[in-house]
Amino acid sequence: MAETLPIQESRRFEVRSMHPQKFALWLFLITVTMIFASLTSAYIVKKGEGNWLIIDFPDLFIITSVIIVVSSLTMHFAYLSAKKDRAFAVRLWLFFSGILSVAFIGGQYMAWGQLINQDIYFVGNPAGSFIYVFTGLHIAHLFGGIIFLTIVLIRAFQNQIHSKNLVSLEMCATYWHFLGGLWLYLYLFLIANN
Amino acid sequence: MSVTEELSHHDDHHEEHHEQGFIAKYIFSTDHKVIAKQFLITGIIWALLGGALSVIFRLQLGFPDLNLEFLRPLLGKWISSNGKLDSEFFLALVTMHGTIMVFFVLTAGLSGTFSNFLIPLQIGARDMASGFMNMLSYWFFFLSSVIMFVSLFIETGPAGGGWTIYPPLSVLPQAIQGSGLGMTLWLVAMVFFIASTLLGGINYVTTVINMRTEGMTFSRMPLTIWSFFITAIIGILSFPVLVAAALLLVFDRSFGTSFYLSEIFIGGEALPNMGGSPILFQHLFWFLGHPEVYIVLLPALGITSEIISTNSRKPIFGYTAMILSMVAIAFLSFIVWAHHMFVSGLNPFLGSIFMFLTLIIAVPSAVKSFNYLTTLWKGNIVFTPAMLFSIGLVSFFISGGLTGIFLGNSALDINLHDTYFVVAHFHLVMGSAAFFGLLAGVYHWFPKMFGRMMDTKLGYLHFWLTFVGVYLVFFPLHYIGIAGFPRRYYSFTNFDAFSTFTDLNTFVSIAAIVTFGAQFIFLFNFFYSMFAGRKAPLNPWKSNTLEWTTPRVPGHGNWPGAIPKVYRWPYDYSKPGAEDDFIPQTVPYSQTTSSNFPHENELAKSEGAEEGGAH
Repeated sequence: MAETLPIQESRRFEVRSMHPQKFALWLFLITVTMIFASLTSAYIVKKGEGNWLIIDFPDLFIITSVIIVVSSLTMHFAYLSAKKDRAFAVRLWLFFSGILSVAFIGGQYMAWGQLINQDIYFVGNPAGSFIYVFTGLHIAHLFGGIIFLTIVLIRAFQNQIHSKNLVSLEMCATYWHFLGGLWLYLYLFLIANN
Repeated sequence: MSVTEELSHHDDHHEEHHEQGFIAKYIFSTDHKVIAKQFLITGIIWALLGGALSVIFRLQLGFPDLNLEFLRPLLGKWISSNGKLDSEFFLALVTMHGTIMVFFVLTAGLSGTFSNFLIPLQIGARDMASGFMNMLSYWFFFLSSVIMFVSLFIETGPAGGGWTIYPPLSVLPQAIQGSGLGMTLWLVAMVFFIASTLLGGINYVTTVINMRTEGMTFSRMPLTIWSFFITAIIGILSFPVLVAAALLLVFDRSFGTSFYLSEIFIGGEALPNMGGSPILFQHLFWFLGHPEVYIVLLPALGITSEIISTNSRKPIFGYTAMILSMVAIAFLSFIVWAHHMFVSGLNPFLGSIFMFLTLIIAVPSAVKSFNYLTTLWKGNIVFTPAMLFSIGLVSFFISGGLTGIFLGNSALDINLHDTYFVVAHFHLVMGSAAFFGLLAGVYHWFPKMFGRMMDTKLGYLHFWLTFVGVYLVFFPLHYIGIAGFPRRYYSFTNFDAFSTFTDLNTFVSIAAIVTFGAQFIFLFNFFYSMFAGRKAPLNPWKSNTLEWTTPRVPGHGNWPGAIPKVYRWPYDYSKPGAEDDFIPQTVPYSQTTSSNFPHENELAKSEGAEEGGAH
């Protein structure tokens, strides 16, 4: 009986419109977007019901915003370098992006300290709790990005990232830019709704 | 006949053919067909369990004086010393019945089985876009199942705050035992469940968009695939919202935040939580909860479209209208959530808007019902068990849908909210309809899943007992609901006004037990036929879709040779002028000149040109 047919061919997918993994990544980004869209909607609904607190956002958020934008730029430089097959530059820019993301997380952590100095704790009025949830959940997703970046960096050191093999770097960059954009959205949302 | 010849013939051609071990083949398999069967079997086990829980609480509701001492070996301390069901455990039973049926049976069991099984087979793909993600999807579901199952046996009992887990009840263990560890396990299980659903959904959408075979345009896709595709999109958009809702609930339960809590005085003490809002949870929950209803229903509707067309030997009536109505239902499902909240203190003006949007859903739903009936109209109907279950679905969809028009009305809802009228409504239109879609799908695709036929006579018996049984259970509940019986109440014996309905409740309980018993006919049929059923022919229902062009038991990769090319839509049944009453999708127009329409003759010419160009 031919219960198991040869699988060589089944591994080779015919690409019709888009790389399936990239497409799946975009769908994943939609799910993440929906989580944050619903959380920010919840923020608006809760705020509309009153019993709300006006909060001075930590100044550090401005600095971390700059950091994450710069890390997006360095990630893009890594991509451009890979397209031009500059192996050393790819590793360097990827490394910078990683360092900047760690700096970003450190900055967010210190920003929490600034909130605590204002007596805004995670436990308390939801106006404050929401800020912790937004930043914390964003960092949780950034951890995923850093793991992804590490994998790509290792591949870069194994000379597996070059102009003929860009998929993993492109996907990593997409996720990276998405997380940068997500943070900017969250920050602007908080400013606009305070 | 030639089946075995064909297969052995094929084997000769592939010497490199390698045998997978038992574990790689049946347990940690990345093959979509095996994963589909894993989902199906797990779903069946959950359905039995969910049904059994409902039988236990129906015993309490139908026979309030019955001594339940005989259940003590099973339920232990949940049976009190005088032989009564524990009232908090009753709530846990209701909660778990809802959770199991909605999520584990009708979401994972239905979408998980048929999206996995049919998407690659019907669009002509070797497997899903990512077999690994697909495997992960099942094992997350399995892990979720284990955690939910374990929660049934812990000392404080499983979650008891209703499947909608509204706070503050679900947050405060001091309010009900079921909000303790049981609720925590519920939330953990649902995290894995959502991960499973999202992994599956992302895979389904990617596969449908990127991996269709040559010629399989969107306008030639079977309606099953359309329904799975739309269902997956709804899931991708709505389940993350449940993540957000549950996340905030977890923070409230375990970290002391106040997203959903404010000014609560319980057990003689005031809680410190200030500034939260339980209504916020309802908004978030129902933004998932309402689309979830269509996640449950749409695959069933897609399955019936296919089965009804095949067994009426007629093209589906209004193919495009079927797709558009599914798209419309999917879109509307996201903007009607507040109709679950008419009595939550919602602004009456907003209520009227949500009422209006809700009632619009009647339009695409009616289009679908109309199309089912017109497909059946004057067809050469073949009453296979799958066909009977499909027609049963249409019946439930109509009779249950009609009461939706009552309930969608924000003024009537003041009276009907949280009564057995609601229970009757959604059990017919969503529960039983989707369940019948699931059964119809199993009867129809069993030959492709296991290479053998199920017994038809047992199928008929199963159908009639279940169909009549479902109506006997849920029709009386409308009366009980209009009479004012609230759902989820442990007992009605304290209310004189309800005593006239005791007989009716007893009747419902007996009907429920008989209907539940009838499912064992199916179980026997299913497992017996899997091993000892008649061997299935290659195309038992004379169907047009691609899965019937595979070998009797398709192996890894589905087609031994090249993937078939598709030339036409899947509903060329009883086409005037054609030799047979069906023309499979793989038959080019150039071979069916006697039955072609003028524009199809044009297509036939271009087919020839393509072939000529290619060679």
